[in-house]
Amino acid sequence: MNIKIKKGLNLQLEGGIADTLGASAISPLTSAACALCPEDFHGFKPKTIVKEGDTVTAGQAVLFNKDYETMTLVSPVNGTIKAIVRGDRRKILRVEIEPAPDGEAPSAEASPLADEAPEATVDALARAGILARFRQRPFDVVPAAGISSVRDIYVTALDTAPLALSPAALCAADPQSASYSADGARVLTRLSAGKVFIAVDAASASHPAVKALDKIDRVVIITVEGPHPAGLAGTIIANTKPINKGETVWTLDFNTMLRIGQYAATGKYSFDNIVAVTGSEIKSPHAVKAPDGAALQAIIGGELKDDGVNKRIISGNVLTGVKEDADGYLHFPYTQVTVIPEGDDVDEFMGWASLSPSKISAKRSFPLSFLKKTFSPDARLNGGRRAMIMSGEYERYMPLDILPEYLVKAVIAKDIDAMERLGIYEVAPEDFALAEFADTSKLPLQQIIREGLDYLREETE
Amino acid sequence: MSRLRNYLDKVKPRFEPGGKYQALQSVFDGLETFLYTPRTTSGRRYTTHIHDSIDSKRTMTIVILALMPCFVFGMYNIGYQHWLAAGVEGPYPFFSLLLYGFLTVLPRLAVAYITGLGIEFIVAQKRHEEIQEGFLVTGILIPMICPPEIPLWMLAAATAFAIIFAKEVFGGTGYNIFNVALVTRAFLFFAYPAHMSGDKVFVAAGQPFGFGPAVADGFTCATPLGQLSQGITNITGTGGHAISAADAFIGLMPGCMGETSTLLIIIGGILLTAAGIASWRVMLSVFVGALAAGFVANAFPSPAYPLAAVAPWEQLLYGGLAFAAVFMATDPVTSARTAKGKYIYGFLTGAIAVIIRTYNNGYPEGAMLAVLLMNCFAPLIDWCVVEANVRRRMARMVRSQK
Repeated sequence: MNIKIKKGLNLQLEGGIADTLGASAISPLTSAACALCPEDFHGFKPKTIVKEGDTVTAGQAVLFNKDYETMTLVSPVNGTIKAIVRGDRRKILRVEIEPAPDGEAPSAEASPLADEAPEATVDALARAGILARFRQRPFDVVPAAGISSVRDIYVTALDTAPLALSPAALCAADPQSASYSADGARVLTRLSAGKVFIAVDAASASHPAVKALDKIDRVVIITVEGPHPAGLAGTIIANTKPINKGETVWTLDFNTMLRIGQYAATGKYSFDNIVAVTGSEIKSPHAVKAPDGAALQAIIGGELKDDGVNKRIISGNVLTGVKEDADGYLHFPYTQVTVIPEGDDVDEFMGWASLSPSKISAKRSFPLSFLKKTFSPDARLNGGRRAMIMSGEYERYMPLDILPEYLVKAVIAKDIDAMERLGIYEVAPEDFALAEFADTSKLPLQQIIREGLDYLREETE
Repeated sequence: MSRLRNYLDKVKPRFEPGGKYQALQSVFDGLETFLYTPRTTSGRRYTTHIHDSIDSKRTMTIVILALMPCFVFGMYNIGYQHWLAAGVEGPYPFFSLLLYGFLTVLPRLAVAYITGLGIEFIVAQKRHEEIQEGFLVTGILIPMICPPEIPLWMLAAATAFAIIFAKEVFGGTGYNIFNVALVTRAFLFFAYPAHMSGDKVFVAAGQPFGFGPAVADGFTCATPLGQLSQGITNITGTGGHAISAADAFIGLMPGCMGETSTLLIIIGGILLTAAGIASWRVMLSVFVGALAAGFVANAFPSPAYPLAAVAPWEQLLYGGLAFAAVFMATDPVTSARTAKGKYIYGFLTGAIAVIIRTYNNGYPEGAMLAVLLMNCFAPLIDWCVVEANVRRRMARMVRSQK
């Protein structure tokens, strides 16, 4: 199956990793502190299983979900619980784990996914800390307890976000990945009576890890072409089988599917990610192998430029990532760190009148910007917040059969009926990221959609 | 440059709540963001970390740039018509003509901006909001769509009426239903019709600041559109010479300052489209709608309605139609907002403009009323387009449940 995305935009940013990156160029990170941040798993209501000072092994449950008690988040390393950091009203912000110098490896459980019944499989994945890595639409949350039928499952094996690496291409370096990916896809077919769609880019379609999926019953490989947001689950769902009211779809990334395969085959799985370290404030963009939630200090190392400008460290990409402090951690689901100038130390005289070619814009009102191939924008909004003035701006970056402007207005008005009619069930905040970038009125679209989804979930559940 | 920055930083606390000049906070804020790009940066989570360099200020600036060819030409044309009316033999002094036009338009421009921006500043301060840029465009449009010598007090009254009752009561820029500049014009048109139509008002006869040759009292000259609607087929200009279609295209004829030169309006339209600011869908469909209505009228000519006999394409050269298509109908706030809606909205605007001017002998200009009427219907058009999308997706749901 092929889908071609026309609406969208690839932002050309400085600080990308060369395409020729081979497996040898990826250095593994040794013993980095890690943190689990429950907020990354939206809808997961965390409750601790461990106390500060406890010793944990990799794969041991650290938090469980109050709304779905078998669903856990597990420690990615052997070590001790260093701190449980809480915020307002004792909300758990993160659980920090200090790795042990060389802890004992977790003992493998004999074929934990042997029971092929869907309930047993979901249960095993939930306990293993894998199910929390799924996303459920509608509402863009972790899978809810007691979902009786999942219409389809979508696996994204491509990442079209700015400066991101394509995960399928990277996994191909691992000789085991072909068998793990096939095993993982087979397990996924048990979870839904529908299909398992695996979205890949044209370059990855011939990799062994993707080829291995060819003959599996109810697994469909989708080759996706086009600019960002072509790689987002929302785009792929909208262009294959859009979500209707009452339907539930699960989405996950390729790495999670490999973990499922490995877990099915060996009883344990690797917590490693290949993390792209990118952005215009990185000396030499590169990739490292790091566990889930690894400390950014360890990932970035001495790679920050010493140019004296304030920096914004983003765990993730520039469109949807999480802003972090220098001593922060890698956030799920991102396998990317981007560092750009913050821009709050810049005095730009009459920036709105600028003719400089280094201004990034999706519009054609910066006539000289064609002179530059890549841009290094900072985090400023570049203008004041306004009412929605320009029309048709959002549609250009959203290849979904919805009218985003009207949906946003319905969400702002908290009109549930209108939200439903205009397609709130089909979207996640990330689908609006490019529109938010391009918006002349600088509206916080992702925030609006996130609040709308949460409001609707509260009201309907 | 950093001196200015330092000065602004130094005086800023005085304009903040509790400061000596807190009543001017919005004004200060407006000035500061005009001079320096605000340092506000993105949030933490569920936000994009980079934003497009475009903002509302630049968008409005580009519209003003696109208006400039018409504006400069309009000043020249005011002078040119005046010299013709004075009966002065050529060749005409170019810069004197331009200066005459400038002196005529300057007080009107100043009145429009001072009235409009003054009200905007007060409202922004009352609401504790930033000053919005919308009036920058409205303020220059107002003198461009009024007769050159409209009395200043009328202009001030009309501008104030439009800003308050067509914009601020709805919530300010981005919330208005009707195009503010056109409401100004409509107010003048219905309140002071003698100053807005007829054959006395479209050629400047006065001597602003004592400049320019004198024009005989009681001088009259109808606009080409006015002549056509009277059934005069050999239309003449201010000096009594014939006006060809080519002259009309270039725009050396009596009329409102901005509307006469179809050529320069089209250049402005190309600039707006190239910069991605205004919708080509609207512009194109206004012209198509006007042509379509022109063809229908032309197919059934009647002596009672002389304009029906005019070739459809000639309709585009006279009156305010072209200006309305490029600069009025495309106002993103008051036009239809959906892509399909824009085609319908534009087509009907063009068609209704031609229908009004053809079948209403009393006042041969329909563009203003057509745009205002369609402003009124734009939400309905959008509603239909949105509803079609909703129905399509509902049908999809029903299909999937079978």
